[in-house]
Amino acid sequence: MKRWLQDAGLQLAVSAASVAVALAAGAVFILALGKNPFTVYGILISGSVGDNYGLGQVIYKATTLAFVGVAVALSFRAGLFNIGAEGQLYLGGFMAAWVGLQFDPEKPYAGMWWVCCLAAFGGGAAAAAVPAILKATRGTHEVIVTIMMNFIVIGAVHYFASSRYDDVIMEPATTHTWELPEAAWLKSYKETFKGSTANSSFWVAIAIAIAATYLLWRTRTGYEMRASGLNPKAAEAGGVRMRWTMCLTLLVSGGIAGLGAINFVLGNKGYFEKEFSAGAGFLGIAVALLARSHPIAVIPAAFLFATLSEGAVAIGQSKEQVPGEIIDILQAIVILFLLVGARLLDRAIAAWQKSRQKAVRA
Amino acid sequence: MIDAPAVRMTGITKRYPRVVANRNVSFEVRPGEVHAVVGENGAGKSTLMKILYGLVPADEGTIEVRGRRLERYGPSDAIAAGVGMVFQHFMLLPPLTVAENIVLGMEPVKGGVFFDRDTARAKIREVSKQYGLEVDPDARVEECPVGLQQRVEILKVLLRGAEVIILDEPTAVLTPQEVDELIAVIRRLAGQGKTILIITHKMREVMAASDRVTVMRAGEVVGTLETKATSAGEIAHLMVGREVESPKRQPAQPAGSAVLAVKSVCATSDRGTTALSDVSFDVRAGEIVGIAGVEGNGQSELIQCLVGLRRPTAGSVVLAGRTVTRWSPRARFDAGLAHIAEDRHKRAVVLDFTLEENAILGRQWRFAWPGWLHVGPVRREIDGIIATCDVRPPDRGLLMRSLSGGNQQKVVVGRELARRPALLIAAHPTRGLDIGAIEFVQKALLAERARGTGVLLISAELSELMAISDRILVIAGGRIVGQVDPAQVDERQLGLMMTGAH
Repeated sequence: MKRWLQDAGLQLAVSAASVAVALAAGAVFILALGKNPFTVYGILISGSVGDNYGLGQVIYKATTLAFVGVAVALSFRAGLFNIGAEGQLYLGGFMAAWVGLQFDPEKPYAGMWWVCCLAAFGGGAAAAAVPAILKATRGTHEVIVTIMMNFIVIGAVHYFASSRYDDVIMEPATTHTWELPEAAWLKSYKETFKGSTANSSFWVAIAIAIAATYLLWRTRTGYEMRASGLNPKAAEAGGVRMRWTMCLTLLVSGGIAGLGAINFVLGNKGYFEKEFSAGAGFLGIAVALLARSHPIAVIPAAFLFATLSEGAVAIGQSKEQVPGEIIDILQAIVILFLLVGARLLDRAIAAWQKSRQKAVRA
Repeated sequence: MIDAPAVRMTGITKRYPRVVANRNVSFEVRPGEVHAVVGENGAGKSTLMKILYGLVPADEGTIEVRGRRLERYGPSDAIAAGVGMVFQHFMLLPPLTVAENIVLGMEPVKGGVFFDRDTARAKIREVSKQYGLEVDPDARVEECPVGLQQRVEILKVLLRGAEVIILDEPTAVLTPQEVDELIAVIRRLAGQGKTILIITHKMREVMAASDRVTVMRAGEVVGTLETKATSAGEIAHLMVGREVESPKRQPAQPAGSAVLAVKSVCATSDRGTTALSDVSFDVRAGEIVGIAGVEGNGQSELIQCLVGLRRPTAGSVVLAGRTVTRWSPRARFDAGLAHIAEDRHKRAVVLDFTLEENAILGRQWRFAWPGWLHVGPVRREIDGIIATCDVRPPDRGLLMRSLSGGNQQKVVVGRELARRPALLIAAHPTRGLDIGAIEFVQKALLAERARGTGVLLISAELSELMAISDRILVIAGGRIVGQVDPAQVDERQLGLMMTGAH
């Protein structure tokens, strides 16, 4: 069997096992509430992927998570922890809307949707530029700076979106901007999914995941990113320009996170709305962890988390009287077991390869 | 012989998943003898000693210490039975004094709670006098030279009543003078009835210190010999299982033009202290220049200045005719530099990359145009390295982590030589390797010399430097303190220069 296929199988097994253990642990909580776990999990499934509308909602939620997940996974591969995806997503969304509103709505430009996409990417990259530059020039730890940038970016966007340019950008008496011209909108799949918000930015997310995989394993830049993530000292001795590589990684990671905003801004509402990101930038970190930092694996991981969060709504609304927060517990347990399982797996793989090698020698 | 053997291990077998570390090992150590246990890396000697000290349980077999059978026991039982072990990496607390370190865990107290410094000192004086191991109980361990720290470790073991003392690779970190002192100490301890077990792979100590030697290969004992009745060659033969060619000095060849010229280079260390002051030398095409020195005398900083990982504070570095003082590693590689890094795991390889990925580290731009990696040439490269350097297992898809140290180093050497460099910087290229791999690396360096490459060899192994260098520079305290012709000095003289006492 191909080695990468074996590896992928092993990695998948760990992720699947973590999810299974988390579900079992969740069942204990549900039992403690005096409810039947099978009934509750039944609602979770039927209320999310159980019908076309629910499936569309899951696709929609998974899309944003996939963008952020790929962004964070990419930074993980280079040994950087981009915890600023929330702010990057936010600025990406605002920039997409702001650039879109610069076009004359009377004479729409047919290709303006991709100009808005570029703006989203640029917004995300701009939010990541501060930690990137500080990291490269001053060696400041990116975790601290990216976290702090979340507050700064969100605060700054609110300032520009409310007080200063109020009626130019924002529709009065609302929390959102004016609607963008239709030429900026992405194709909606409302008809297929019975009025849900799924749209064609899903395909963009898939394309980005594939592109990130190609970048990491088939280009020199990606090779250098992974080398500096796995062994920065050896990478440095091997001629990798560390500052440049770290800087570039954070910019691209931030850009991808920012691009995630097109799902809401161009695909769903057609405008930027305050608080639209709703923590997706943080949940995306969990998605990247579940995917073990592999951009392709981010897609199924995003679907899992999207299903859980859509199912949480259904559980909260059901007559079972189980709080939807049970899902938060599930998600946290998945991550916990992943972190433990990953270590065990890495040891197992190393032992397995070593024994294979001994067998060859003998 | 009336006495029971000091140690008798019978039929010891230790299996790890898919590897047998010890297979039916039996051997005996007589009381009061110095017994060397030798073997290549991975021969099972360390496992055997860890079993004796109770760190690792044996799967099968019995252990007797001084006539008493030990079963299912740990280090505290081993200590109670009179077994002590001095590890290769010292277990000392550097900020504490010698006395505090020695009595750690068994501190004498007065008034029920207070550390009784005077009693501790007196006890240590007594033991160190008895065995001729002089120490200053009030010196801080971090300020003691390595040889003295080792002495502290030995005192620790003695104070705990050890009759059988295991020394794990005791000379790895010592200067030649310190090695001589250690050998004298070992002989003195044996003379007073202690039994000493030394794990080593250095012939010199085996021949000088031991009464008998047990040779291990691939987890089995291949023989126990009386040291007096054998030779270093015979022991090496038993260890490897075949004849070992020691590298022969190649005939002198006229050296070409300078491929490296270091001019008055000064540098500071990471801690901000002066690491190099006014270092000047050159390396010419077709010669091997050795750098000898006690570790930590500026070698690391020198290497870093030469490969572009550290900026000299003054002076210049000229590589193949071009001043590269401020160039990046990448630009230097393109100008003809190759670098076998001193710390393989830290600087030379990415353990979680495959062999294939490691084969291009430091040349990745040569395999990528205009930006994407060309898989075909990369695979041809690694397959070429695997074939010419006999890397085992010959599987380019394996993670570097899963290879033995020797095979990892083969990949590194193969990769660096594939550059066809003008200058090769080889920093401790044989450190931690077994005899077979050492042979390979030294032959490769000599072949590079013959090809006309300038080679700078930084090594802590004086015998290696003496065997293959054309000339040796001695570094001490960040200065080049002398240059010698290896044909005209011995290790003792070199050792004296290294410690600055020439």
